[in-house]
Amino acid sequence: MTLEATLLIAAAIFSVGLYGAISQQVVVMVMMGLELMINAVILAAAGFWWFLAPHPTGQVLLLVIIAAMTVEMAMGFAVATHLHRERHADMTDMATDLSG
Amino acid sequence: MVADIGFWVLGLVAVMAGAAVFYVNSMARATYALALSFIAVGLQVLFLQQNYVGVVIILMMVMEMAVMAVYMVMFMGMNPALMPMSMVHDSKKALAVAIGTFLTLAAGVLLVDWPARRVAPPAEVTRALGEELMGPKMLVMAVISPVMVATIVAGVVLAAHRTRYDRFGDDLNHRPADDPQPGGVGR
Repeated sequence: MTLEATLLIAAAIFSVGLYGAISQQVVVMVMMGLELMINAVILAAAGFWWFLAPHPTGQVLLLVIIAAMTVEMAMGFAVATHLHRERHADMTDMATDLSG
Repeated sequence: MVADIGFWVLGLVAVMAGAAVFYVNSMARATYALALSFIAVGLQVLFLQQNYVGVVIILMMVMEMAVMAVYMVMFMGMNPALMPMSMVHDSKKALAVAIGTFLTLAAGVLLVDWPARRVAPPAEVTRALGEELMGPKMLVMAVISPVMVATIVAGVVLAAHRTRYDRFGDDLNHRPADDPQPGGVGR
């Protein structure tokens, strides 16, 4: 158990999440990719905290990251619900109003 | 040694389950794969001595993925538990970006000369976190609370089918209310 090992695992999870966030078409699957990326950030932050500076302040930062993930999830579901209700759309390609 | 092996196995499970999210051909399975990935990371956080945060991650994510599974059964166009699906675009480009990102991050991780630990960890980590939250870092929680409330309000407003503005008009003065099924006794 080293900092390098923790960060390598976090990098792998982050990359998998990035692949999902870029490649998926269904809104919920894109959200899953984002969740995986935040999952990796949590692991990396936990590793930094334990191996570099295990002061309680760092754990507060972790709680903020978890709260951010919750907010992202709740708002993502709300937007996806709204999109589905207004247009019967569940794909990102059907909601490109703001692109370009 | 045992802890090291356990940590690596959990890391492998987290990564493989994360990859399975985009590999399995049903959304329900994808949701449970994501839950497994989160549980593995939560257990790794427990290995890193952060008991409170690790348990919070596991409990929260299991509930969140349960909600997500129900949500997908409700809203997706097909039966997500049964119907195979593959809905991706630019898969090869995305794969190249992901692999490039991993190699860049891994190079950074391995090449940087990480410093040694500066302070000793507190004897009771969870207690220290509680005292920090109830003391000098209370402002953080005080800021997160209204953000959470705003999220609840915004989520309900976005997801609600009909609100008072649909019933009473934009200035809320329209009477009687515009309801799909009018009630009352016709006065």
